[in-house]
Amino acid sequence: MSTPAESPRALVIERVFPHPPEKLWRALTENQLVAQWLMKNDFEPVIGRKFKFQSEPVPNWDGVINCEVLIVDHLKRLSYSWTTMGVEFIVLWTLTPAEGGTHLRMEQSGFGPDQQRAYQGAKYGWQKFLGAMEQVLARTD
Amino acid sequence: MVSYVKPTIANHVFRALADPTRRAIFEELTRQGEQTVHALTRYAGVSQPAVSKHLTVLKRAKLVRHRREGRETHYRVQPDALAPMVDWLRHYGAFWRDRFDRLESLLEGME
Repeated sequence: MSTPAESPRALVIERVFPHPPEKLWRALTENQLVAQWLMKNDFEPVIGRKFKFQSEPVPNWDGVINCEVLIVDHLKRLSYSWTTMGVEFIVLWTLTPAEGGTHLRMEQSGFGPDQQRAYQGAKYGWQKFLGAMEQVLARTD
Repeated sequence: MVSYVKPTIANHVFRALADPTRRAIFEELTRQGEQTVHALTRYAGVSQPAVSKHLTVLKRAKLVRHRREGRETHYRVQPDALAPMVDWLRHYGAFWRDRFDRLESLLEGME
């Protein structure tokens, strides 16, 4: 588990695009544009909006991802829940102006119950757990 | 290209670990090695029936296994059970990288 790109931390994907934040924001929030690179959807950039991503169904999966918009921070942050097969993730997009363009960061994390501040939720969050999990896996290699 | 390795198994593992108390118990077993239900109850700070219930969920996901010795039940982790979850996360990693490539192409074609 030594290469970060191959570890579970790969759920953070980052890239600098040679385009202004305004353009990236459009690609992330206009549903026809989102459909062209991510999946067909009925997204609207409105907090609380429930929407779906629809991809090709495969055996054991109907291809539907149920989402709800959580954060719309114009040109800076966009977040939605991402629930599929009964498991809830949070997808968070962060845009930061960078030299020659925009740094885009995608983080897919967080199990539902953590958001409810369940018992020891803060202490035993997803990140910490993944760290512990890597130790376990390193030991079994 | 959203593809999953054994989604059902991964789903069991995710669900089992979705609960922070269960994650805490699992972590404790990872750190300390085999533990009795009593020791885990002291650690988790919830009732013994609650701990037993959590352990049953972890057992069903094959994340832990148990053995009985006298009156005590001892639990230990089965780290192999995490493999489908790791595969699943890796696939998501590949999925997002592919989508970032597509986004790059789209941005190039946009005004």
